[in-house]
Amino acid sequence: MELAKEKMLELYRTMFKIREFEETVAVLFRQGKIPGWLHCCTGQEAVATGACAALRKGDYITSTHRGHGHLIAKGADVKKMMAELFGKKTGYNKGKGGSMHIADFSIGILGANGVVGAGIPIATGAGISIKRKKEDRVVLCFFGEGAGNRGTFHEGINLASTWNLAVVYLMENNLYAVSTHQSRVQKTTDIAARAGAYDIPGISVDGNDVLAVYNTVKRFAERARRGEGPALIECRTYRWHGHYEGDPLNYRSTEELEEWKKKDPISRFKKVLLMKNILSEERDRQIKDELKNKIAMAIKFAEESPYPEKEGALQDVFCELV
Amino acid sequence: MREITYAQAITEALYEEMTRDEDVIVYGEDVGIYGGPFKATRGLQERFGNQRVMDTPISETTIVGSAVGAAMTGSRPVVEIMHDAFLGICMDEIANQAAKMHYMTGGQIKVPLVIRTPRLGGEQQAAAQHTARPEAWFLHVPGLKIAIPSTPSDAKGLLKTAVRDNNPVVFFEHVLLYNKKGEIPQGEYTISFGKANIIREGNDVTLLATSLMVHKALIAVQQLEKENISVELIDPRTLVPFDKATLINSVKKTGKLVIATEECKTGSVAAEICAFVVEEAFDYLDAPPKRVCGLDVPLPFSPPLESFSVPNEEDIVQAIQQVLR
Repeated sequence: MELAKEKMLELYRTMFKIREFEETVAVLFRQGKIPGWLHCCTGQEAVATGACAALRKGDYITSTHRGHGHLIAKGADVKKMMAELFGKKTGYNKGKGGSMHIADFSIGILGANGVVGAGIPIATGAGISIKRKKEDRVVLCFFGEGAGNRGTFHEGINLASTWNLAVVYLMENNLYAVSTHQSRVQKTTDIAARAGAYDIPGISVDGNDVLAVYNTVKRFAERARRGEGPALIECRTYRWHGHYEGDPLNYRSTEELEEWKKKDPISRFKKVLLMKNILSEERDRQIKDELKNKIAMAIKFAEESPYPEKEGALQDVFCELV
Repeated sequence: MREITYAQAITEALYEEMTRDEDVIVYGEDVGIYGGPFKATRGLQERFGNQRVMDTPISETTIVGSAVGAAMTGSRPVVEIMHDAFLGICMDEIANQAAKMHYMTGGQIKVPLVIRTPRLGGEQQAAAQHTARPEAWFLHVPGLKIAIPSTPSDAKGLLKTAVRDNNPVVFFEHVLLYNKKGEIPQGEYTISFGKANIIREGNDVTLLATSLMVHKALIAVQQLEKENISVELIDPRTLVPFDKATLINSVKKTGKLVIATEECKTGSVAAEICAFVVEEAFDYLDAPPKRVCGLDVPLPFSPPLESFSVPNEEDIVQAIQQVLR
């Protein structure tokens, strides 16, 4: 199905916003302005963008340690994200979570998660609530191919399949679990074969093709919404950066990276938009300037925000609300 | 007053809370058709249907992990992990997900989750892998509440409170207590967390005991009465929050403290209690506190080995006699 022009431009904008966010925070991290660790998703923007664009505002997502893209695509406020990365009081989590734990309940983001594969049972549980309350929602569960070898993958999907829950499991396959190539730790990479074990649909798509991701997620999200149960989607992609900023990257070749850069999801989609006359070079520059400005404003907000008071460490251990 | 068993008390609490609040759901291994491995959920599925009382596969990680997700999205799950020794299977979901979610999201997310877990202690030849007495594992995790009832009345009142709490609660039940009967207050009642129960008042020594050890302590107390030793017996009922004030006040009165728990002694809840009493009431102590705990061994199978490894009423009597010496 051909998407409306505005929707196409929105996909493009979101991908560039993620790219700009990631490339900027990587620099800030090197400058020592962002503490802790940073896992950037540069190169994988089409997965987050296409998948979240196929959802509704009330739908849930669970995200991962490499979650900035998912959050931006689901509509998170980049100012509050940036402030959280800086450890500031105005951040999403009041500075208590950092990059790997950002959540925004108001738009269905059940949280990034620092533990590989931990989001799978959590997404399954959200599916339990949806089914019981007969809500018109679905859950999109992002995880990497590394998580596919955790027990949570088997247990979580088995339960969702058995109970027919409205969860779409999306494996974002960027080929490397930290340094370990997928081929070194599993014999089959056939996602349909794995899905078959749970009697659910399984499909593999080009994760650098935003429209392919969008269409596939849309199809299976709507299927789940109709009460027809979960599905497993693999999006094949590649991360341009290391596992974390500062990764020595001694486990892959620059040739491999260059090959994948030729499949850059953003410039690929730009070509499509130019060809269809949805985008002009001038409009492209405008969009990019706008978004660069937005990220710059987010940095300004984060830099100017105060750190939390140290006593804040003692708050929120328990929920006091009855 | 009505008399019911500890297992019936659990069922009644769940029945009442599920009737009161349709967001309360119950699931775990064998909790539905079978009525629970120890019959603590008997009749619930018949009454509330299989959308609110669900049998799960043997997937402890996902039982707790999905309960975290369900709790974050408007359900109030009460899940069962068949034995407390199996809590290690789902430790990440308890300690790294449930316990930290509210905190690390800056208070955005609440996780109203109860993990009920029956304990197999001694006397059952359950051997090492089915026994752990692991409450101290959870005491060390900020963000978890811990309840450990010893009587039917406490089991019911505390479980109802646990279900209504917006934090994750690890709820330790005891297989050797399930068939024990006790009086239950008429009508609706709950028991607040962090309120210890002074079971017996006394002047010579403070005896703090949890779960099954409360019953062994009662036997010891009666025996010591014959020697004119007056024991103040306290059951904290919850370990987090812990009613420090009641214990410290008692120690100020008696000057002596014995703690009886089933756990392995090293790194135990009993050790933590000892530590804060020494820190906060050292000047009131007339003798070093004493712990009556299990041996630091995996629980062995053979009956003589097993009974040697877990604490009993005679150990409590001796410990009290020693602190009074």
